[in-house]
Amino acid sequence: MVHRIDIDHARFRQIVRGRVKRDLARYITHGELIGRRGKESVSIPLPQVSLPRFRFGENGKGVGQGPGEEGSPMQPGEGDGSGQAGADAAEHTLEVEVTLEELAAILGEELELPNIEPRGEREVDSAHDRFSGISNVGPEGLRHFRRTFRRALRRELASGQYDPRNPIVVPHREDRLYKSWTTREAPESRAVIIYMMDVSGSMGNEQKEIVRIESFWLDTWLRSQYKNIETCYIVHDAAAKEVDQETFYHLRESGGTKISSAYELCARLIDERYPPSDWNIYPFHFSDGDNWSGKDTERCVAMLRERILPKVNQFGYGQVKSAYGTGQFKGDLDAAFPDEPRVVTSDVQNRDGILDSIKTFLGKGR
Amino acid sequence: MTLTPELRAIKERVEAFARDYGLDFFETHYEMIDHESMNEIAAYGGFPTRYPHWRHGMSYEHYSKGYQYGLQKISELVINNDPCYAYLMRSNSTLDQKMVMAHVYGHSDFFKCNLWFKNSNRKMVDQMANHGVRIRRHVEQVGVDEVERFIDLCLSLENLVDLNNLYVASDHKTREAEDSGRGDVSVRKLRSKGYMDRYINPPELIEAERERLREAKATPQRVPAQPTRDVLGFLLEHAPLKGWQRDVLGMIRAEALYFAPQAMTKIMNEGWASYWHSKLMTECLLEDHELIDYAEMHAAVLGTQPGQLNPYKLGLELWRDIEDRWNRGRHGSAFDACDDMAAKHDWDTGAMAGRDKIFEIRTVMHDVSFIDAFLTEDFCREQQLFVFQPNSRSGQNEIGSRDFDEVKQQLLFSMTNMGNPIIEVVEANHRNRGELYLLHRWEGHDLQFDEAAETLKNVCAIWGRPVHIETRDEGRGRLITFDGERVESEDITPTFA
Repeated sequence: MVHRIDIDHARFRQIVRGRVKRDLARYITHGELIGRRGKESVSIPLPQVSLPRFRFGENGKGVGQGPGEEGSPMQPGEGDGSGQAGADAAEHTLEVEVTLEELAAILGEELELPNIEPRGEREVDSAHDRFSGISNVGPEGLRHFRRTFRRALRRELASGQYDPRNPIVVPHREDRLYKSWTTREAPESRAVIIYMMDVSGSMGNEQKEIVRIESFWLDTWLRSQYKNIETCYIVHDAAAKEVDQETFYHLRESGGTKISSAYELCARLIDERYPPSDWNIYPFHFSDGDNWSGKDTERCVAMLRERILPKVNQFGYGQVKSAYGTGQFKGDLDAAFPDEPRVVTSDVQNRDGILDSIKTFLGKGR
Repeated sequence: MTLTPELRAIKERVEAFARDYGLDFFETHYEMIDHESMNEIAAYGGFPTRYPHWRHGMSYEHYSKGYQYGLQKISELVINNDPCYAYLMRSNSTLDQKMVMAHVYGHSDFFKCNLWFKNSNRKMVDQMANHGVRIRRHVEQVGVDEVERFIDLCLSLENLVDLNNLYVASDHKTREAEDSGRGDVSVRKLRSKGYMDRYINPPELIEAERERLREAKATPQRVPAQPTRDVLGFLLEHAPLKGWQRDVLGMIRAEALYFAPQAMTKIMNEGWASYWHSKLMTECLLEDHELIDYAEMHAAVLGTQPGQLNPYKLGLELWRDIEDRWNRGRHGSAFDACDDMAAKHDWDTGAMAGRDKIFEIRTVMHDVSFIDAFLTEDFCREQQLFVFQPNSRSGQNEIGSRDFDEVKQQLLFSMTNMGNPIIEVVEANHRNRGELYLLHRWEGHDLQFDEAAETLKNVCAIWGRPVHIETRDEGRGRLITFDGERVESEDITPTFA
């Protein structure tokens, strides 16, 4: 039975979805959703859902009950239930939960992202049925005629009923055999995202925040496309190392920049842990575009061409503008791979550029 | 599902004891439902057949999330109706059900006897179903989006009703007055046979009367004649609405008026029900072995988070305080004038008038008058009431003051007009251009201006012409106008002092 409330609830979710979609650019730019992320969902504050009314501006005052000196602070969250005990459940700002899947769908709709085309022929249905055995019961449509006949023949021979001059074999109920199947779990599509970031002195907090926001959305989208997803984080200045997520966003080093070090480590990770036959691989590299020398850039290009590109679905390079960076590297990459569809580069001037950058990275559907 | 035989027996016992104590309630029907239905019905404000709207879906999400996460459980749901309907959660223990029933008879008595409920529709269950059917029919005829949009407009204004209307029995206004204003005036003649007409209705007199009426019609009448707080009622009568829109607006107003007394008596009503469940349980109904569980349940109902106001708790304590004061005669000028602490402490006239007093109060008062009359300084101190406010630097709430006057004032403010600003329709033909002029009777608290502007847009969408609201911004007069395209705000000299 469909409850009446289900209809109203669906309508409410639809409205929520519409609001999130409308304000998606703002949510992306501000990056406020990241801190509100749970395991499978994000809680989004939506002040606009409740209907406006004439009411008093909040001065925050209210009446409470309990012990305590005048002037002593109350715990956060206390004192929320005071004042008018209204009949309505959720009055002012509303926190709604949106699953990451739904969020990805909204992102996909808004940016018109194509679904990812799986790479290669490894991509099989994660579960498929296969006739692999024989059973005594089953639907008549799956009756195994030859085996049934053989069994009937054997029975008639054994019991002496079989007459070679009149070779009529009548299968009994117990002679019948049926095809049976088993469901095979094929290895599910797996993907790994390898984030690389330049943490040299020229990458400031704002730049890192942009990387953080962008990677959140890249993550969200790719997670909606693959069942299993792993992430690796590599930081580099003149040397590269693999770190955990926390360190990735907060580490700050100084000194020079050798991008090749990161690419070297990335290539090694792929070789050791993520064989391309089992994994869809998405390396993303963010830096401000400065590199140690032209020579190192050449090494990077060579490494990409020989060791990384043949194994990955797409290689993304995001150049975040900083006050110190020259922004040279993106130009170099573009020049080295003018027609390579697997190399996608994008320029992020500031937070407002994140949306376009995401679209560039994910717009190819690879 | 109806009650099990065991619960039916309990119901009868509870009912008999409640009646013995003098409670006067409607016949009360109980329904056993599971938590999903409970959340659903609560989302519909207690009426499963209510009209469809996304706001109910929003409440539902709120309730079911709260239930899933174990944050809250709705334990009682009781509907002001004759017969009174109450819902019991199926998963509750028998003891739970017993306590809920005892609680429900308190509510049922309050609904029946409190004067503010006097004119509320006692067949609201039917009425709500009726509203649901009508709105569904409008949806079929004009489309779900259009109806929903219009309901949104109405709900945005649903707090603009005149609570004094609760004392007006019949709320059906005819549109006759307006209709008769069209066309030329007609003078009512006395009945007469044709040959007598010249004498009974002398032509010169008729002509003079016609002249007088014409003149009266030519002098512009102020609409409304008096400023009115019943903004919804005013719009219902005067806004250029289509038939179905008028119907929807009327229903929203009727529902707002139906729910108003419950919001106006929240503290009294919950306190009253808690008083009676406590009395009935501890004096009549509890088995020995149930005591500990009962104590825990009772504490859960009355528990206050440090720094929160629980209407059940505040109400219950006030009722008990009043009963005690009238039992011992601790009121009136003699008691107040006494300044001997010891004498005051032991004051007891043996009047034993407490029970009568609380029954009297539950009939004639609502929360504002209740708090105003009976929240004493002693009570305020014993109950550790305080005013909190955000710290100007940290933004975190802190205990601002335990001063009795401040506490009382803050409490009363939050309940006056159900915590809503008082807004009146002053003029429907402002600047002689059919513009609607609203007045916020400012009493020291500013409106939330952004939201006021949004709400004003909704008023305009119903009124169809530019709308204004006069209010104040920290004491200085301010006029906010929405002309259909832009919101403008200008400083003015307040017309209302």
